[in-house]
Amino acid sequence: MSDEALTSNLVHSQEHEFNNIASTRLFGFWIYVMSDCILFASLFATYAVLGHNYAGGPTGKQLFDLKGVIAETTCLLVSSFTYGLAVLAMFRKSKNGVIGWLALTFVLGASFVGLELNEFSHLIAEGNGPQRSAFLSSFFTLVGTHGAHVSTGLIWMAVLIGQVMKKGITQNTSTRILLLSLFWHFLDIVWICLFTIVYLMGVL
Amino acid sequence: MLGKLSLSAIPYDNPIVMVAFGFMIAAVIALLILVTALRKWKYLWDEWLTTVDHKRIGVMYIIVAIVMGVRGFADVVMMRSQLALSYGSHYGYLPPHHYDQIFSAHGVIMIFFMAMPFVIGLINIAVPLQIGARDVAFPFMNSVSFWTFFVGVVLVNISLGIGEFSKVGWMGYPPLSEPTYSPGVGVDYYIWALEIAGVGTLMTGINFFVTIIKMRAPGMTLMKMPVFTWTALGTNMLIIGAFPILTVVLALLAMDRYLGTHFFTNSGGGNMMMYVNLFWAWGHPEVYILVLPAFGVFSEVVATFTGKRLFGYKSMVYATMAITVISYIVWLHHFFTMGAGGDVNAFFSISTMIIAVPTGVKIFNWLFTIYRGRLRLTVPILWTLGFIVTFVWGGMSGVMLAIPGADFVLHNSQFLIAHFHNVIIGGTVFGVIAGFTYWFPKAFGFKLNEKIGKSAFWFFIVGFYVTFIPIYILGFMGMTRRINHYTNPAFQAPMWVAVSGVGITAIAILLLIVQMYVSIRDRNKNRDLTGDPWDGRTLEWSVSSPPPHYNFAEIPAVRDIDAFWDMKKQGIKHSRPAQYHDVHMPKNTPAGLFVGIFSLLFGFAIIWHIWWLTIIGFIGVIATVIVRTSNDDIYHYVPAEEVKEHDDHHAKQALAQEV
Amino acid sequence: MKETEAKVVDAPHGTPRIYLTGFVLSIILTAIPFTLVMTNTLPIGWLIATIVVLAVVQIIVHLVAFLHLNASSEQSWNLTAFSYTLVILIVLVGASLWIMFHLNYNMMIGG
Repeated sequence: MSDEALTSNLVHSQEHEFNNIASTRLFGFWIYVMSDCILFASLFATYAVLGHNYAGGPTGKQLFDLKGVIAETTCLLVSSFTYGLAVLAMFRKSKNGVIGWLALTFVLGASFVGLELNEFSHLIAEGNGPQRSAFLSSFFTLVGTHGAHVSTGLIWMAVLIGQVMKKGITQNTSTRILLLSLFWHFLDIVWICLFTIVYLMGVL
Repeated sequence: MLGKLSLSAIPYDNPIVMVAFGFMIAAVIALLILVTALRKWKYLWDEWLTTVDHKRIGVMYIIVAIVMGVRGFADVVMMRSQLALSYGSHYGYLPPHHYDQIFSAHGVIMIFFMAMPFVIGLINIAVPLQIGARDVAFPFMNSVSFWTFFVGVVLVNISLGIGEFSKVGWMGYPPLSEPTYSPGVGVDYYIWALEIAGVGTLMTGINFFVTIIKMRAPGMTLMKMPVFTWTALGTNMLIIGAFPILTVVLALLAMDRYLGTHFFTNSGGGNMMMYVNLFWAWGHPEVYILVLPAFGVFSEVVATFTGKRLFGYKSMVYATMAITVISYIVWLHHFFTMGAGGDVNAFFSISTMIIAVPTGVKIFNWLFTIYRGRLRLTVPILWTLGFIVTFVWGGMSGVMLAIPGADFVLHNSQFLIAHFHNVIIGGTVFGVIAGFTYWFPKAFGFKLNEKIGKSAFWFFIVGFYVTFIPIYILGFMGMTRRINHYTNPAFQAPMWVAVSGVGITAIAILLLIVQMYVSIRDRNKNRDLTGDPWDGRTLEWSVSSPPPHYNFAEIPAVRDIDAFWDMKKQGIKHSRPAQYHDVHMPKNTPAGLFVGIFSLLFGFAIIWHIWWLTIIGFIGVIATVIVRTSNDDIYHYVPAEEVKEHDDHHAKQALAQEV
Repeated sequence: MKETEAKVVDAPHGTPRIYLTGFVLSIILTAIPFTLVMTNTLPIGWLIATIVVLAVVQIIVHLVAFLHLNASSEQSWNLTAFSYTLVILIVLVGASLWIMFHLNYNMMIGG
């Protein structure tokens, strides 16, 4: 075989190999997301059991401000959409598109976290922190764990933006964009459960 | 600066602990000196500390498991001797608070740091080979799993001499585990050792699930996999579904302890029963995580040493999957007495009895395999036969406990202790020892001494019965668990019989250690040069012992169950590939070790409230992972010539030994 | 080998239309429950049932439009894993609620 044919064979088998590695990683991350579902399920179960133990303190109805929740939900939902646009840009092989849409997603995600931290700090300042009652303990933990996951996603996103800026869209970075996309959309799904069960049902 | 840590953390007032800790430190120092004297640091670093090879990682898991097993057994010797002595006006030599730490440490060590790693170690060594893969799906994550597990081990061992360990039992029930009643660091050591090791275990679950589903050799459909791989699949499915629950429940307890929340407190609306509920929602799948791989080992061993295909392969598979699924709906049987009432208790009682059925199916399948086979009474088979008898007893005592009315009398009595030791020892321990003996030649290239192994088995099984039959009897007499002193004269005789049983078991353990020494000494006489010392049936026996790090020169094509046996029947077991290719393998990396080191700093610091160090540890873990992902150069190619050379060498040796 | 061209892995992906449809549906499925709760137009039992159903529908929209989960052969293992997780989830949460409700009732836990 000619040198070119050998090289292209090697490249082809390397790509084939890499697609195998990538699809294995995508499946593995999906399984991790499944385990994270169980983690959140445990926290939801705890909230369901302890959520009415107010210990003479305030209830959700008295504490939750749905306008803030709408703002948070908007940020997260739009960020899910902008992430989708980043993925589409990646498949179009547009490095700037990826960086731009990811950056916008980051801003929206950071706004979500900022709003949530603001909500938490107000509650704590009023004396309604997680130590007030079992209801508040489980509220802060459930919502806070979701927020911690989002924050981790943001750190990942920042590192990934850096890697794309430095190395462009490679097999590694494109795989990671897809992995983070699984994570990000999963977190939006958890938020749907959160705003329904904690906030909407909490104010009824 | 150092949080709660000070020199008074060292338990000077307790001579037994000081001696034990001193011994431990001396052993570690001796080991470091030995490695330095033999000038093996580079070898250790290159070949073991930075490895991502599943076979090496498996060996490391098992070595640590064995060492921790000895420590857990030391706890046994102390507890049973204390109980034999402390009757009436005698109080033995272990005051209650020390005794409490011993039984807590015993449970934690044996379950999390002996049984789990042993089982995971065997899965690591055997499964990729059995499915014809070159490694697991995520080799780097595999090394992180090992090192986080090791951090858990280190923390538990540090607790012996710096601070204290938990005194509230291996389950850590609140409110006793809350800061009001456990203000010391013991429960914190417990929480963080398990949280950190638990992350590693979850990663293992994900790793092996993906490996088994996605990386089987061509032709190996699910229904052609070896049964050990099926049980590994079930185990890993259980890990994925259960360990997040443990992570949550321990984190909530940690929040109560560190932040003053009210999840499980007496006041503020806390509900300590929720801890028990969540803990056992994890805890029941956990015991199946421990026993399923043992069942898998027995399936392999029975088929190999009868020279027969395993009877009822399909029903074995269905039984394994049935156990996996049903184990999620039985957990309340661990707290029938907590007060959920008749309806709830009845449901879980029935589901618990149902789960005994698939295990029964397995037992019959093993028996039918042996029937009309040509059974070779090797060491693994002895452990298997011992298991069949012992585990059935233990299972039956479990079905008794599954009746809520009976459980109201027997809950937390010595009967319960006898039951779970019966199934864990008869099931898991017998299984891992059988698996260890079975796969030892594959990992190291020589067989273990058969005669000493058989003696060890007999001493162990006799010791087991002599220890635990009295404990069943004590349970019926009304003795509860976790007491270090009693006044009922009727308890004395069984106590003395039990402690002599421990003595017999101690001889067994000594024999196992001697067996290791003698086997290593005589290794050249017991070399396995063919790679197939037992006339095996599955693919791990088709490669050299030990295998090359890439496992197979060429990924085999599979046609049937017992793929290697099928190759033997076709006459192609010695076939060589027409052409050798470069093999794509991951490079070794110290990143897993660094994740471990930073996790250890994090764990130790958070236990002692050294906040600045906690943050450093935490950031260190994240930074290590980020640095690792920035490295694109994580693979290498093993040249085809090297693959061919090894294959030639193996073929020559195999032919020589067969002649 | 110099990487002159961007390399993207082969993976399932949606189209702009699928993402947009999913996004718009999600907005609608979010606006309705919030409006219903904030205006308190339904009796409470119906209200809770409605918002739960809407949440489930929105989750399915996310799964299909954003996570590309479907009944195709490439997604079959993902779907299987998801089904298994869903079963455990329902058992864990459902049985925990059942157990804890009974315990709380029998053991007279207040609060």
